[in-house]
Amino acid sequence: MDAIKIVLAGQPNVGKSMLINAMSGSNSLKVGNFSGVTVEKSELCFEHHCHMFEMVDLPGTYSIRGFSQDEQVAHDYLLNEKYDVIINVLDSTHLQRNLLLTLELLKLNKKMVLALNMADEAKKEGLKIDVKQLEAIIGVPVILVSANTKEGVEELLERIHDIADREHRDNSNIIYSNPVEEEILALSNFFDERDFKLRDLSSREMAIRILFEDKDLYRELHEKPIMIELQPRIVASLEHIYTHHDSKNITDIKASEYIAIARGIRMETVKCERAKGQKTLTKKIDDILLNKVLGIPIFLFFMWALFQLTFELGAVPMDWIDAGFGAFGEIVGSIIPHEGTRSLIVDGIIAGVGAVVMFLPNIIILYIGLALLETTGYMSRVAFMLDGFFHKFGLHGKSFIPLVTGFGCTVPAYMSTRTLKSEKDRLITLFILGFMSCGAKLPVYVLFAGAFFGPEEAGNILFIIYIAGAMLGLVMAKILRIFVFKGEDEPFVMEMPKYRMPSLALIWHTVYSKAMGYLKKAGTFILAASILIWFASAYPKQPLLGAEYETKIEQASGDEVKISTLQNELKLKELEASYLGQLGKVSEPFFAPLGFDWKMAVALETGLAAKEVVVSTLGVLYAVGDDVDEGSASLIRELKANVSFASAMAFIVFVMIYLPCLAASMVFAKEAGGYRYLFYLFIFTTTVAWVLSFITYRILV
Amino acid sequence: MKLSELKKGDRAIIKKIDTDESLKSRLVSFGVARGSELSIEAYSVGNQTVEILVDGTLIGLRRSEAVDIEVEKI
Ligand SMILES: Nc1nc2c(ncn2[C@@H]2O[C@H](COP(=O)(O)OP(=O)(O)OP(=O)(O)O)[C@@H](O)[C@H]2O)c(=O)[nH]1
Ligand SMILES: [Mg+2]
Repeated sequence: MDAIKIVLAGQPNVGKSMLINAMSGSNSLKVGNFSGVTVEKSELCFEHHCHMFEMVDLPGTYSIRGFSQDEQVAHDYLLNEKYDVIINVLDSTHLQRNLLLTLELLKLNKKMVLALNMADEAKKEGLKIDVKQLEAIIGVPVILVSANTKEGVEELLERIHDIADREHRDNSNIIYSNPVEEEILALSNFFDERDFKLRDLSSREMAIRILFEDKDLYRELHEKPIMIELQPRIVASLEHIYTHHDSKNITDIKASEYIAIARGIRMETVKCERAKGQKTLTKKIDDILLNKVLGIPIFLFFMWALFQLTFELGAVPMDWIDAGFGAFGEIVGSIIPHEGTRSLIVDGIIAGVGAVVMFLPNIIILYIGLALLETTGYMSRVAFMLDGFFHKFGLHGKSFIPLVTGFGCTVPAYMSTRTLKSEKDRLITLFILGFMSCGAKLPVYVLFAGAFFGPEEAGNILFIIYIAGAMLGLVMAKILRIFVFKGEDEPFVMEMPKYRMPSLALIWHTVYSKAMGYLKKAGTFILAASILIWFASAYPKQPLLGAEYETKIEQASGDEVKISTLQNELKLKELEASYLGQLGKVSEPFFAPLGFDWKMAVALETGLAAKEVVVSTLGVLYAVGDDVDEGSASLIRELKANVSFASAMAFIVFVMIYLPCLAASMVFAKEAGGYRYLFYLFIFTTTVAWVLSFITYRILV
Repeated sequence: MKLSELKKGDRAIIKKIDTDESLKSRLVSFGVARGSELSIEAYSVGNQTVEILVDGTLIGLRRSEAVDIEVEKI
């Protein structure tokens, strides 16, 4: 049996993605409480009662004619692709507005089902929806569902299956205003009298399309003889409608007709059992969070608290993991006799992967914070509050959403710039997104903040680093706006979703999948990178050097202090002669003015592959070169012993600003529209990073 | 009067929207059109943006857009 191909269409934030998750019993699609969570179409297959369903999730679109790039995706898919059934998802609590899109979708003449989502919320708000009546008006099956409680989901799947088998869909009974109806009747009677047919359009449908100036239809009619008789009738009809609407703008007229229809349908089908005028919860929360004076301070406090928690709460398990890896390394080291293998496993793999895994607790806390921001509805509010401020810097308020997403990972952040309509806004946002430090940079900051500041201060330092990155981004945006991307302002219109208490399951899945992703990366990519880095730091072997020192050690004849100094010297020399050491030496002149030694330079270079590799490189380099008699000191202590405060700060600044990881860079090139832009980004970020690091170093040294 | 002249808590009916087509159609799909009733819910610092409530939907607008919407206070 063939799979039924189903496409979900609806306005943003009505729960399309969550509904697919509920239907398929998976949690693979991203859900969040703001418009523009889904920016790309994504497909998902599952089986239900021996039937295959193929679901296509589209970005939400307020109307079929797309406004921004993500909405264009929905438009193109709905019009041009092959599929069996449309599920039009609506928010039951905002039926009127959602029906406007439904009216447009009906025009596509496809098999369709209306899923009135958020039935649980509607019930809570005391709304009663007459499903039968709505079915009669629209002419397609209507099902009340809740992606949250899963009620109605089973029925929805069954109805889809029924309708996929059916040949035709019932006619809808949508009534326009009186004058328009009169003219529709007049025109369709005319068509009937002449027995005129076009495609599979009914006479009524043809009349409606003519009155609302459907360009395609006009083009087709143009060549028909009937046009001669038709034309004067159309003119007369339109004249009548113009007088009634007191306007000659057919787009405006169409809009107000549609709104009137949607309002009519809502009044006919929805009963509110709750007294009006009650202050809703959303209103009460908004009164506090959107407070004119306190709104922004409250937001900053939340961010500060998040970074404080990230450091404070994360520090405890971080120490355990660090100690665990250290102990594990020692045990493994003691059972492997072969010197080279032991070094590969202990200094390469365990040190490299361990340096990344130990920051998992911090990452998880950060992700929980971001997930809360995304799922409660607060995100859009902050965009609203910051638009005025952002606007002064040449950014759009909506840019806030990609920017915040960028604190998690830069890749989805680049993609979410598609919700910005203006190409200039989009490019500026793309260029400065890298300044929002992603989760993978967090380990570097935690490491250095932990090494160079007391535990009381480290959380504040984290906060300052992130805020400084954001500020720098704003300044750069302004500069780009003035000198590079000059252009018009894009209007700011944005829906503010209702506040929603995210379910624990939703937060869990969001955070869990990201945390697993982080671990998986540590176990694969970082593992491979660590091995590579170890090899590059252990080879080529230096037999001459070894022999030279061997004789020196022998000559020392039992002087313990001298022997250990010699051994350390040998290790250092070997490391410097390795491939990695050579690479470091080559680039040292470039980084020397910033106070970086060659190890830090190498860490920055390998960090181009992925930011986690910065710490794993440092982990390997300091493990390989560590003092023999000191045992396995933790990376934090190693750094404190080997790096000056000024260099460390300059290093943080450099990491904060320079090019994002390889994966993100590729996405950047794709989103910006060419590798040319990636080259600009490289020049731009490297220059800024170098100059600011230099200043930092010079001030502090 | 203009939407931007309303105060927090005011209610009004939209008389005319004087913007380009693409913004107008965006507003329409939010349910903001001639004849819609709205109330002012919040202003951000410096009145840079305004939050309005139209038929149960909260919408954030920039001042420069609010200036182009003609309303009548009720
Ligand atoms: N109470 C309740 N909340 C729901 C329901 N369905 C979705 N939500 C919430 O609505 C918000 C939007 O859900 P999404 O699935 O991301 O919406 P979407 O339609 O895919 O949004 P876009 O991708 O932006 O177009 C999330 O906060 C969900 O938790 C429901 O049936 N009941
Ligand atoms: Mg979605």
